[in-house]
Amino acid sequence: MTAQDPARVNGAQAQPWWERRAEDIDRLIAQYPKPRSALMGLLWMAQEERGWVAPEDMEFIAQRLGVSRAYVESTCSFYSLYHRKPVGRYVITVCGNIMCGLSGAEALIRHFEERLGIKLGETTPDGLFTLLVTGECIAACDGAPAIQINEEYFHKVTPERADQILQALRDGADLVELSERIGLIQPGAVWEAGESA
Amino acid sequence: MKYEKVLTKGIGEVDLTRIENYEAQGGYQALRKALKSMTPAEVHAEVKKANLRGRGGAGFPAGLKWGFLPDDGRPRYLCCNADESEPGTFNNRMLIEYNPHLLIEGILLAAYAVRAARSFIYIRGEFRKGYRVLLDAIEQARAKGYMGDRILGTDFSQEIVVHRGAGAYICGEETGLLSSLEGGRGEPRNKPPFPAVAGLYGMPTVVNNVETLCNVPFIIDRGADWFLSIGTEKSPGTKIFSVSGAVNRPGNYELPLGVTLGELIEVAGGLKPGSKLKAVQPGGASSPVLLPNNLDLPLDFDSVQQAGSILGTAGVMIFDQNVCMVRTALYYADFFSHESCGQCTPCREGTAWTARLLRKIERGEGTPEDIEILKSLRGTMSGTTICLLSDFSITFLQSVLKHFADEFEAHIHGRACLAERPREVRSA
Repeated sequence: MTAQDPARVNGAQAQPWWERRAEDIDRLIAQYPKPRSALMGLLWMAQEERGWVAPEDMEFIAQRLGVSRAYVESTCSFYSLYHRKPVGRYVITVCGNIMCGLSGAEALIRHFEERLGIKLGETTPDGLFTLLVTGECIAACDGAPAIQINEEYFHKVTPERADQILQALRDGADLVELSERIGLIQPGAVWEAGESA
Repeated sequence: MKYEKVLTKGIGEVDLTRIENYEAQGGYQALRKALKSMTPAEVHAEVKKANLRGRGGAGFPAGLKWGFLPDDGRPRYLCCNADESEPGTFNNRMLIEYNPHLLIEGILLAAYAVRAARSFIYIRGEFRKGYRVLLDAIEQARAKGYMGDRILGTDFSQEIVVHRGAGAYICGEETGLLSSLEGGRGEPRNKPPFPAVAGLYGMPTVVNNVETLCNVPFIIDRGADWFLSIGTEKSPGTKIFSVSGAVNRPGNYELPLGVTLGELIEVAGGLKPGSKLKAVQPGGASSPVLLPNNLDLPLDFDSVQQAGSILGTAGVMIFDQNVCMVRTALYYADFFSHESCGQCTPCREGTAWTARLLRKIERGEGTPEDIEILKSLRGTMSGTTICLLSDFSITFLQSVLKHFADEFEAHIHGRACLAERPREVRSA
């Protein structure tokens, strides 16, 4: 790895995402009066492409925006949604704030741990699931206990629904479509415990 | 209880993410009216007259805030704070996901009024769906001529940039938001200078909450007098109350400001069977508790303050006899400790030590001295930091130390919990 050529670290065969998405990058930066504002968007782009933010991504971003690598790292580490090490394809984040906590978040975490055979913070050996808990309220208190999977919502996650979601993802369901179909509470609707849409 | 839905009209009935449906119920008429027949100063004056108080927590009048921008030729920026992260609050998320054009129209009107060079929506990273919905809505608006260059054939041009956060409560604090929007750590800045004078990139900047901006199209379309006819004299308009906890129908309810706590609980389906009301937080994690004798309290900015709490974000959390107040305080202490940005010592150290003491007490290992230390925190953690996170991290705690002292004592002396079902996790 050389600091001058971040593209090389991805190996000869794979074109790095920042070359493939050069136009997206230009467009992102052009939105802002000052390029540095695109830093978070570039970190998101790296995570979209790789599943996490790797050192070479930070190196690229630093060079592209003309800031130091330390600056990029310091910014990246401030935010809890950027993963700075590899994670599973699906990152399950259980809301652990007050309303979800009062509605069974702890039991739900234990259920996921048991079903996935991993502890909080770990990733399944097949690389499919990572299990996390967040202290930040995810603004789904009317659907407590709630989880996010790669920032897609699932409300009222009973153990049965948790199993249903895991199975659907193992079977190759599209995450966004799954969230829309069984994950959300429409405004005005009232869900009973265990009910699925 | 009869009331007219304003901001939430059509939500749950029609797909308002489609611009034609939004237009069909009167959408973008206010923008048309403002651009064709009103000057920016007139739009500003109408919002000022309406006394639209900020819905993000502080209740500061938006029209006054807009008036603080110095007229010195520097570019001005408008930022919509969509970093909704206050525990118990989920109304901005609904507005964004289900009524995005209302927010866009509100931003365009505000940008016109303050003559913003560019507008930004700072949306929290967890709102990935909301992000997609907004990007799509912006392109629909552009296709109809409501966005971009020379909007509706006038001299007014505007772009709205949607900026995704990435998981940091403190970015909901307006100067933390600006630091984040500039591509850095979301660390709050000293005020003064206020964002109106030195905000984004050091330029004059307005930061308004999602729900605040969503009110602007109605104020322009129907007039300030109509707005002033809703709610109370000093807190006009409606508010979307996010109700959660021990009620039959948790959810968002748009009601006139000044609705009583008891009425709100009724609208939310009443208390769950078997639930006895123990305490209410009317406005998020930092709001001091209201008690069952507050059922007749009007929920408006001033009345709630007079009752010793804050309306805040109107994230109304209803606690019944099963909720342990010591444990609740511990939840919040852990939360604030995790979300402290770490710049200021009283907050960085204070929030962590608060959590440590509460954990000790909750486990039955506390001492009476621990209670005295917790009671003394106001002196060290209030008014000693750059932003208010430190102050707000202990306000709920102080209120439960006062009103539920017996629960703390039971944990210490009796090594027991007074909540009826302590630590048991309910299956919702």
